[in-house]
Amino acid sequence: MRVTTTVNGTEREVDDVWPGESLLYVLRERMGLPGSKNACEQGECGSCTVYLDGEPVCSCLVAAGQAIGREVTTVEGLADGGSLHPVQQAFVECGAVQCGFCTPGLVVAAHDLLERVPSPSDLEIREALAGNLCRCTGYEKILDAVRLAADRQAQA
Amino acid sequence: MSTDAGTTTRTVTGVEGTGRVGDSALRPDGTLKVTGEFAYASDLWHDEMAWGVTLRSPHPHARIKGIDITDALTVPGVWAVLTAADVPGENAFGLEHADQPVLASEFVRYEGEPVALVAADHPETARRAAQRIRVDYEVLPAVTDARRAMDPDAPAVHRPGNLVRHLRLRRGEPDPVAPVVLSLDFEVGMQDQAFLGPESGLAVPAEDGGIDLYVATQWLHVDQRQICLALGLPPEKVRLTLAGVGGAFGGREDLSIHVHACLLALRIGKPVKMSYGREESFFGHVHRHPAALTYEFGAERDGTLVYAKASVILDGGAYASSTGAVVGNAGTLGLGPYRFPSVAVDAYGVFTNNPPCGAMRGFGCVQAAFAHEALMDELADTVGIDRVAIRQLNGMREGDLNITGQVIDSAAPVAELLQIVADMPLPAPLDAAAPDLRTLPGAVGNTTHGEGVVRGVGYAVTYKNVAFSEGFDDYSTARVRLEMTGGEPVATVHTAAAEVGQGLITLQQQICRTELGVQRVVVAPSDTSVGSAGSTSASRQTYVTGGAVKAACEAVRAAVLQRAAVALGRPAVQLRLDGEKIAGASGEVLATLGNVLGDDAVEETVEWRHRPTHAIDVETGQGDAHVQFAFSAHRAVVDVDVELGLVKVVALDTAQDVGTALNPDAVVGQIHGGSAQGMGLALMEEIVVTDGHVRNPSFTDYLIPTILDMPPMQVRVLEYADPHAPYGVRGVGEPPTISSGPAVAAAVRAAVGKPLRRVPIRPEHITDT
Repeated sequence: MRVTTTVNGTEREVDDVWPGESLLYVLRERMGLPGSKNACEQGECGSCTVYLDGEPVCSCLVAAGQAIGREVTTVEGLADGGSLHPVQQAFVECGAVQCGFCTPGLVVAAHDLLERVPSPSDLEIREALAGNLCRCTGYEKILDAVRLAADRQAQA
Repeated sequence: MSTDAGTTTRTVTGVEGTGRVGDSALRPDGTLKVTGEFAYASDLWHDEMAWGVTLRSPHPHARIKGIDITDALTVPGVWAVLTAADVPGENAFGLEHADQPVLASEFVRYEGEPVALVAADHPETARRAAQRIRVDYEVLPAVTDARRAMDPDAPAVHRPGNLVRHLRLRRGEPDPVAPVVLSLDFEVGMQDQAFLGPESGLAVPAEDGGIDLYVATQWLHVDQRQICLALGLPPEKVRLTLAGVGGAFGGREDLSIHVHACLLALRIGKPVKMSYGREESFFGHVHRHPAALTYEFGAERDGTLVYAKASVILDGGAYASSTGAVVGNAGTLGLGPYRFPSVAVDAYGVFTNNPPCGAMRGFGCVQAAFAHEALMDELADTVGIDRVAIRQLNGMREGDLNITGQVIDSAAPVAELLQIVADMPLPAPLDAAAPDLRTLPGAVGNTTHGEGVVRGVGYAVTYKNVAFSEGFDDYSTARVRLEMTGGEPVATVHTAAAEVGQGLITLQQQICRTELGVQRVVVAPSDTSVGSAGSTSASRQTYVTGGAVKAACEAVRAAVLQRAAVALGRPAVQLRLDGEKIAGASGEVLATLGNVLGDDAVEETVEWRHRPTHAIDVETGQGDAHVQFAFSAHRAVVDVDVELGLVKVVALDTAQDVGTALNPDAVVGQIHGGSAQGMGLALMEEIVVTDGHVRNPSFTDYLIPTILDMPPMQVRVLEYADPHAPYGVRGVGEPPTISSGPAVAAAVRAAVGKPLRRVPIRPEHITDT
């Protein structure tokens, strides 16, 4: 199967895709974009979160064929050239990253939240990120990071 | 000195680039991790690589009568199918005893035991081929109850019997009496480390007949030793490099894909990648031991402890792993940070046909803490004093002897830690008139609007050994090089220590900056071309590898100053090194580093040891078993819907003595994460095993705390420097995982008014349904 899709603004075409492959697998193993993570591949942990036509999805639950002709944005596509997105910068500064395996998914989910809700309350942050498991941080510094990113975006 | 990190007072203190010891320097890998560019083990890729998969036993106990791989080999795209007969060296591995087959030959002893391997050009091809391997099993009766396994007439999982270790500890009066006597039985379920990055690695065959393995692990050299044994290759032909590690928590101490990937790669002459899915990960690593605990405390009528009697039975599962050392901790530390004049403890680790258990954060202390803390609450209530006060009355102080007769020879601030958490602000009471659903047990499930919801508060305190114990030769090796690069001094630090997310690479930079005065510090990839760093376990790497890096820096500094002394004609003792400058006794600059070094590099490699520990007496369990102790206390506040048995943790506050906080933000991050894992065990995390079968190997059915489950956490860090440790540091990672769970359990008991002698506490335990 041939899969043609736009990833991070660039049209990509890969051949010989087995129809059972997920979008996550194609991104990671066929397109050289391993940023989206394979923590559960069951749609429970959120570490593979990407945008599909602007909607955040678990890419492990999207069949590769479903991405044909659509636009995918991964964690690799969030930074603007050499400068980190404010959400990414805040994760680094606040200590929201330890092992970092959940980080790409959380960055995309937090990015999506702040697009929709520029100044979220703590409860809104918790609800929005409830689909993303983190095993290292206990989430406190992730909350700090989202608050900091929201503050900076409000001031920008 | 103390550091507040309450959520209301926290400020961002991390500053890139300036960080010396004591600063909250930022992680050097942070940017790579937020952009998705950091290479974890499962991200590795090679143009020519094949994929390896594992066929595992469906039975907890069976004899293998035959294996037919013919069908599997005919699947197009399959490169190789391997069984036990293809293991060239010893078909055995293990941390403490090489008792586990690389691939099962005659018997399988637990569900999920590896039986065969397949390499193919696509992971799905390999999986389908594995399903076509025909294994003829004769199913045997399984021993799945740890108590039953201790019966002399129980079937033996291994010869000669099912006892892995019995630790017998006796101190004080042999038959103590006390006016107040209390006892309880407690049960702890099997917890999973649930690191997010699945077991993965890439094995690349080399032209010299050896192998290069890139793998996520906690201790490269102990892996190397076991791989060499199984492959029949010398260490110089088995080279390991640490791949990016997505969390560990003890679950990567034992081998997973290591030998398997090497076997396949050597067989087919191509690189082989193996990467478990989540379900396989639940079978692919050891878990925290389930425990059955029986405790009895005797006390005076004022609550002063007189004696303790305790029995701890740990279910080690089918292979030994680190069960012996876990028994060591449960036995020597299992009565908590209290003063007991008389003690009788028996701790047992046993073989069963359940999943193998071994290391997980807290290592034997976690299970015991649930029992001793529940009993301390009961003692407080019985003698009629406050639950904080009973712990302060009996809590260890510096200079006390613990139950193995070892002097606690640095800070033991049990009473102070408890007072700090007791004095922290409590969360606002539930708004009964107009509660926000999201703050209630059951949340937007809309199961209550506040009716039937009862609040409870619980306390717990713990102490944990830091680094390896009982006479283990526990060292680390560091190589530090100093040279001028582009007109600037650059230090390179090289160790085999595993960065698993805790921030050791940051600390290595901080130590080099502090000791050498340089700004630029390169942390070389961790691999086996330098000596062992020991394990990233037991809260030990800051202490031990940190100590080794400090010592290597000191050696480099001495060597540089010796060169300067020769060049300047002055005694080295009168010279100082600060970055680019060589200064004299009164601070005058005498030379630059560039003058002294020229194009040379100064490099020193140091093997560093903490002060020795000692084996304990076989009959009495007495001895100086541990090198250092770390203390923490928690206070938990919960709201419980007593009609439905649903629990919402409202606050989880903690105080911990860390000796010296080398990186305060990273220390607090460890405490947050550790607290969450302890809370998870108290309320939700259990691998359910029935008749030897794992019933919930997925994140759908094995629940770990989400951001909705976690409450805000107030953290107070105390810094009572340990005079015996580098920089006064005290291990940080494990204590919070030990004291948080019992505090949560105590809070639920306080709300519900029931004994609740098992964790995780499930809704049906609260409602008796």
